[in-house]
Amino acid sequence: MTSHHPPVIELRNVHKRFEQRPDLAQRLLALAGRPIDRRTVHAVNGVDLAVAHGEVLGLVGESGCGKSTLGRIVAGLHRPTEGEVLYQGEPTANLRGAQRLAYVLGVQMVFQDPQASLNPRQRLRQILAEPLKVHRLAPAGEIPSRVERALSAVGLERDYRDRFAHQLSGGQRQRVGIARALMVQPKFLVCDEPVAALDVSIQAQVINLFMDLREQHGLTYLFISHDLGVVRHISDRVAIMYLGKIVEQAPAAEIFSRANHPYTQALLAEVPDVRRRGRRFVPIKGEIPSPLNPPSGCAFHPRCPHAMPRCREQAPALEPIAAGHWSACHLNTQT
Amino acid sequence: MSEVILQVRGLRTAFHTEAGAWPAVDGVDLEVRRGEILGLVGESGSGKSVTGFSLLGLIDPPGEVVEGEILFKGQDLRRLDEEDMRRLRGNRIAMIFQDPLMTLNPVLRIGEQMMEAILTHEDVSRAQARERCRQALAMVGIPAPDKRLDSYPHEFSGGMRQRVAIAIAMLNRPDLIICDEPTTALDVTIQGQILYRMQEICRTHDTALIWITHDLGVVAELADRIAVMYAGRIVEAGPVDEVLDAPRHPYTRGLLDSMPANARPGARLRQIEGMTPSLSARPAGCAFRPRCPRAVERCAEQAPPVNLEGSRSFRCHVPIACENTAA
Repeated sequence: MTSHHPPVIELRNVHKRFEQRPDLAQRLLALAGRPIDRRTVHAVNGVDLAVAHGEVLGLVGESGCGKSTLGRIVAGLHRPTEGEVLYQGEPTANLRGAQRLAYVLGVQMVFQDPQASLNPRQRLRQILAEPLKVHRLAPAGEIPSRVERALSAVGLERDYRDRFAHQLSGGQRQRVGIARALMVQPKFLVCDEPVAALDVSIQAQVINLFMDLREQHGLTYLFISHDLGVVRHISDRVAIMYLGKIVEQAPAAEIFSRANHPYTQALLAEVPDVRRRGRRFVPIKGEIPSPLNPPSGCAFHPRCPHAMPRCREQAPALEPIAAGHWSACHLNTQT
Repeated sequence: MSEVILQVRGLRTAFHTEAGAWPAVDGVDLEVRRGEILGLVGESGSGKSVTGFSLLGLIDPPGEVVEGEILFKGQDLRRLDEEDMRRLRGNRIAMIFQDPLMTLNPVLRIGEQMMEAILTHEDVSRAQARERCRQALAMVGIPAPDKRLDSYPHEFSGGMRQRVAIAIAMLNRPDLIICDEPTTALDVTIQGQILYRMQEICRTHDTALIWITHDLGVVAELADRIAVMYAGRIVEAGPVDEVLDAPRHPYTRGLLDSMPANARPGARLRQIEGMTPSLSARPAGCAFRPRCPRAVERCAEQAPPVNLEGSRSFRCHVPIACENTAA
């Protein structure tokens, strides 16, 4: 990480809570004097994270751990309930006018399901031109050539500009999703499971595209995935999330060779590996807990093979254990 | 070697449309032995799921099994009438699907659905049936099985629901279970738990398993034999170690090369160019030819026949030589 540049994105103690809206029955009961029992999901629970210019940070976790919510907070689609998001050193909540626009355009998002994120009634040239028109980024005469350049940047033929999203394969649709994000010349892409829905052979094409684009445009990525193989391949650093918190964070090579947190170790052990044969499966115990009702202390303690009494009572803090390597586990502070 | 429990010869399943009949499964041969786990691998549209559905006679119009033999313990399932097939399904051959919510009845308690699976096939008392259901739930690792018999499907998490589906599949101790992407929708730690259960069940009861998936990693770890499908055909099959360590078919090689696990981190992945052909636009000759780096003229003209080599088979005119594949 370069010290003279502020990180492109920095999160400081970010929390995001979702409250269930009371339904009709509850509101009626409230009129009759029964208090409303609001159930709160603590989706993101105190995350500090910095992504340096040009870096790829892989964010890994299982369903419900809050990784997508965190991605949406970074992209400005969700406002944090608590804490701040800094874009190039400036708190985004204070940004106004041109500075706000620079953030909004500078951080773009690529979604898992391009089918759901592309307008089915527009042709590709309309889909890709839309951001330029909305933000008045190019004169009308220039738009067609910008669209063609974007298509060619993601490896699609020029003739595709007149197609609709349903006329494309899954891999091609994801290329369009990427092209659309690139239309506004962003600095930072939040990629939320961008290859999860693709077949292996197509997945490789799209991963290669992400790596090429990073090189050509000097992009920075927050790459969210549950697939450790993909994350290992593309990331410089990796953060592991469990139930709203980052439990471990380290350079990619370090996390895969010297995982510290018991959850990271369990994840690594469970990822199917084509080089491992005739494995005798030994499962890790327990279910992923519900974020509606998280365990006390360290959220992983009910499933952890090393859990101590202290883990039930006190949540461990994310502490440095080696250069650039952070982990939140009481085992590290045991004497 | 143990007894061959399922033998499929020349299976063809076509979908009839106004433009003609498109063969989703185009001449598939398979063999599964008692207690064996066969991984049936392919990408979307390769015909792997249609193959699984065809075996159980679950293909609805406009689809139709048009050719081939499906010999289960020597008996051709295609010759059975619907009543005999019903007696077999869920009893001797069971199926587990990707999404258990699709197969569990949302308005019936788990216990009732499970008991129905027993009482349809056997003349036992309800109390006996319930006790067997309780044991089945305990076997797949569901806590408090007694209480859970009275729960509805929506009260279970995704991983728990899949365990219920496995428990139902195991109720009548079938000889063969066909699993269609049963762990694809699950998280890795939960997937590990399911794989553990399936492996244990197969070992203790000598159940044969056809595991349909797109995930080569799961097959590598779980299966004894592998069959790789592309565009409706099995392009390569054999023992897992041999096929994955030294593939003979360029498609299998390409799949392995495109996996991040097999590449140096940060290096470009060796991708397979192009995309899988749609059902209505399969190239003549070898369907993989337009994407194949080894293709020669003959590949466009003639579909490669099945080459047999010991315990392995492949369909390729220009197979990769055995000694060159150590990389």
